[in-house]
Amino acid sequence: MKRQAGLVATTRIAMLAGLGAVLGLAACGTAGQATPTGAAATPGGPRTLTVMTHDSFAVSEAVQVEFESAHHVTVQFLKSGDTAEALGKAILARGQPLADVFYGVDNTFLSVALKEDIFEVYASPLLAEIPDEFELDPGQRALPVDYGDICLNYDKAYFSGQGIAPPARLEDLTRPEYRDLLVVENPAASSPGLGFLLATVGHFGDPGYVDYWAALRDNGVLVVNDWETAYYTEFSGSSGQGARPIVVSYGSSPPAEVLFAETPLDDAPTAAVTGPGSCFRQIEFVGILRGTANRDLAEAWVDFMLSPRFQADMPLQMFVLPVNPNAALDPTFEQYMAMPEAPIVGDPEEIAQKREAWIEAWTEVVLR
Amino acid sequence: MGRWGLLLPAAIFLALFYFYPLGSMLQISLARAETGLLGTLGSVFARPDLRKVFGFTVYQAALSTLATLALGLPGAYWLARFRFRGQALLRALTAVPFVLPTLVVAAGFSALLGPRGWINLGLMAALDLEAPPLALTQSLGAIVLAHVFYNTTIVLRLVGDFWSRLDPRLTAAARVLGASRGQAFRQVTLPLLAPAIGAAVLLVFIFDFTSFGVVLVLGGPRFATLETEIYRQTIYLFNLPTAAVLALAQLLCTLALTAVYARLSRQTAVPLNLRAARDTRRPLQSAGERLGAAAMVTVLVGLLVTPMLALALRSVARLEADRGQSGPVQPGLTLAYYRELGVNRRESLFYVPPVTAIWNSMSVAGATVVLALALGLPAAWALASASEAASGPSGMQLPAAALARSALARGDVGAAGGMIDSGNATGPSAGAGRRPAAGRGAALTALDALLMLPLGTSAVTLGLGFIVALDAPPLDLRASPALLPLAHSLVALPFVLRSLAPALRSIRPRLRQAAAVLGASPARVWREIDLPLVGRAVIVAATFAFTISLGEFGATAIIARPEYPTVPVVIYRFIGLPGALNYGQALALSTLLMLVCAGGLLAIERWRIADVGEF
Repeated sequence: MKRQAGLVATTRIAMLAGLGAVLGLAACGTAGQATPTGAAATPGGPRTLTVMTHDSFAVSEAVQVEFESAHHVTVQFLKSGDTAEALGKAILARGQPLADVFYGVDNTFLSVALKEDIFEVYASPLLAEIPDEFELDPGQRALPVDYGDICLNYDKAYFSGQGIAPPARLEDLTRPEYRDLLVVENPAASSPGLGFLLATVGHFGDPGYVDYWAALRDNGVLVVNDWETAYYTEFSGSSGQGARPIVVSYGSSPPAEVLFAETPLDDAPTAAVTGPGSCFRQIEFVGILRGTANRDLAEAWVDFMLSPRFQADMPLQMFVLPVNPNAALDPTFEQYMAMPEAPIVGDPEEIAQKREAWIEAWTEVVLR
Repeated sequence: MGRWGLLLPAAIFLALFYFYPLGSMLQISLARAETGLLGTLGSVFARPDLRKVFGFTVYQAALSTLATLALGLPGAYWLARFRFRGQALLRALTAVPFVLPTLVVAAGFSALLGPRGWINLGLMAALDLEAPPLALTQSLGAIVLAHVFYNTTIVLRLVGDFWSRLDPRLTAAARVLGASRGQAFRQVTLPLLAPAIGAAVLLVFIFDFTSFGVVLVLGGPRFATLETEIYRQTIYLFNLPTAAVLALAQLLCTLALTAVYARLSRQTAVPLNLRAARDTRRPLQSAGERLGAAAMVTVLVGLLVTPMLALALRSVARLEADRGQSGPVQPGLTLAYYRELGVNRRESLFYVPPVTAIWNSMSVAGATVVLALALGLPAAWALASASEAASGPSGMQLPAAALARSALARGDVGAAGGMIDSGNATGPSAGAGRRPAAGRGAALTALDALLMLPLGTSAVTLGLGFIVALDAPPLDLRASPALLPLAHSLVALPFVLRSLAPALRSIRPRLRQAAAVLGASPARVWREIDLPLVGRAVIVAATFAFTISLGEFGATAIIARPEYPTVPVVIYRFIGLPGALNYGQALALSTLLMLVCAGGLLAIERWRIADVGEF
């Protein structure tokens, strides 16, 4: 009896060992694919440029290959979470930078990045092509790449079905016919949520925005923490089939609904509210990380991002608009893209100083 | 001191990949405090909003743990004591929630319980209501429900698998001696199960205590736990000193809980004759038993399986059927989202074929299983055998344990173990090592608690710690894919230890002693006594490591990663973009993740074919 048990046990050990070996090999196989970040150039082989970005970064393979072959370089992208997470990591890694270039800081976080001094100055010759309104850092450490608008989106079918006009301006949302129709993101936890709060600050002034939010609260605004929950769980115009027909999203969401429709659509199911001062304009920047060992390649990459070739690729990859007016736009994108009147941009310095106080006041009025 | 040597790999691992990064991050954070450490401490504890966060964290964790036990313990009983068809499948399915990303679970819940979910629509139609009667999203109820959904598997596995190895003759003996069914349960079964229940309570509570995604997504902005507040302070406010103080508070709570647990568990552990599960399970006999099992299966399926089914259904249902559009509406079923997964429509550099993402996830999970078991098995064995020498016998003075022991002593006469052991549970040698080992007991308690810490650590603090600490060769792992299994193993290790420890502590020392007397080397004793007896527990441990890795818990969410996307990463990419195809693909890939996970779990279950618990 005992011997038999021992035999079974031994067989089992062998099987477990076998399983272990297989899994171990699998792990080695995949681990081997990785190239260490910031690795020194292997003699004769291409050098490596590392670009740190947020998770939403995307680029066409062809565009990428063009840069790599032109500069005999391998570009590695280090996706580092959402904008705030990625910036936090870049700040903490200051001095021992995780990458050569950082892309994705926006005008709500620009001042933080500049204050923490993570970028080197680079006056790219391509800046000459870009309108001055986008150049928010006169010190030329953070260079504008793209912009997009955070706007209210609404479910067209709901409003045509109910026979109510969709909202045209921020003021409309406090009217009784829009009661319990709006879902927004928490500005303390979400980038579009913060952008929309800043739009109301810019439009109604401080402290006027507080009264506006009190009116929204009384009119049944729903607050959730993240864009995904707002758009897919609560919003009725998305495929998630929520119950509320107005949501804070992007000006680029309606064209995305058409481009990513399951069956081809003749018309976007949603549209954006574009009245004067109802959207917040988010501008994203790129910069060379202080302490890079590949300054020449980093400069070449920044120039490439500002060039028409890369700029024209961005809309369909990242759903943002190019800052370089020489870049051509995709027709579908141009047709459904919301072009707001007089969007709020905001002064990065003021945003950095008052953001916490604005969020605190907002929390006090809306959540407590 | 060979036993202590076995702890070395786990200790070195923790020192390098836990204490070093965590310490560095806390140090850097507190160095930014303008008012110094004490000033920061004072200002944090003086803030009523932060005190409220702390209170709510404890409250929701206690509530969630109780609810999880209320479902898990009866479930564990029916799965442990009875044999019925579909049992293995049910067991595997109940573990699948563990691997699902929170946003996807939220989608499943809202498909069922949301304002336009099936249950609300059904109730509105049936009762002729104007508004949806259930408003469960964005509430404390949703938080508790989601915690039950995620964590019931912990109770089912830890308690159920231990229960299935308890000799049913113990309770039979108590019944023969005149105990009622309730008495037999309270005075025999419950005390014997106590270590496993304690371990499950500890793990479930810590998971709920450090809950992040569930609170953020399903609870909404009115609720905050320490974990979500640490994240907010760190990432959105870049207020590192406050975040560090909160992270320390969370750590201290984990440490205190674990220390209490470690003391209790040593007092309640009783050496047992464990039996093979297949010998203790019996078919359902009476109508009452069949009814009970049917009720249990219905509740488990209702709470744990239907949200997943809802997800799977939505991944094949046309999502645009009822939206305003000018083209023809085609309601019905579709595989479009699955087909689309295989298409790189935008010719993006970052396109990932689903097979690659699944392969990446499985590789990391495999590596995590191997690493966590390699570190955890020796450590658990060392802890269990050292604790038995240190303080095991003292526990026998507890009345409940004494009762249990007498029942045990009677019950196991004639048990197979009798060929070595005459039936006297602990014997005169039990007290021998007690006095000199008193200090060691404290050391063990401390060590045990330290090994639990990664579970109660703020993910964002540890994740950023990797960046600030592991930045120089030979440990420049900041962007290495190797960091994934390493970080997963940190979370898996406490589960591995908790799965193994109750089983290891229950092995009667006499078995080992007898084997040694008969000339077996320590290695052979381990191979022929310990391993067969804990084989089932090893499987449970492997299951936990596998699912924890697939679900990407803890600090991995914060780790920067090069192009090495696992399934959850790709799901988040899809769900972060508007459009039916993106949402549909997120649901389709989640369904594939569930299938892969269930398949993996069923495969792991098969490894126990021989179930060599008896000899």
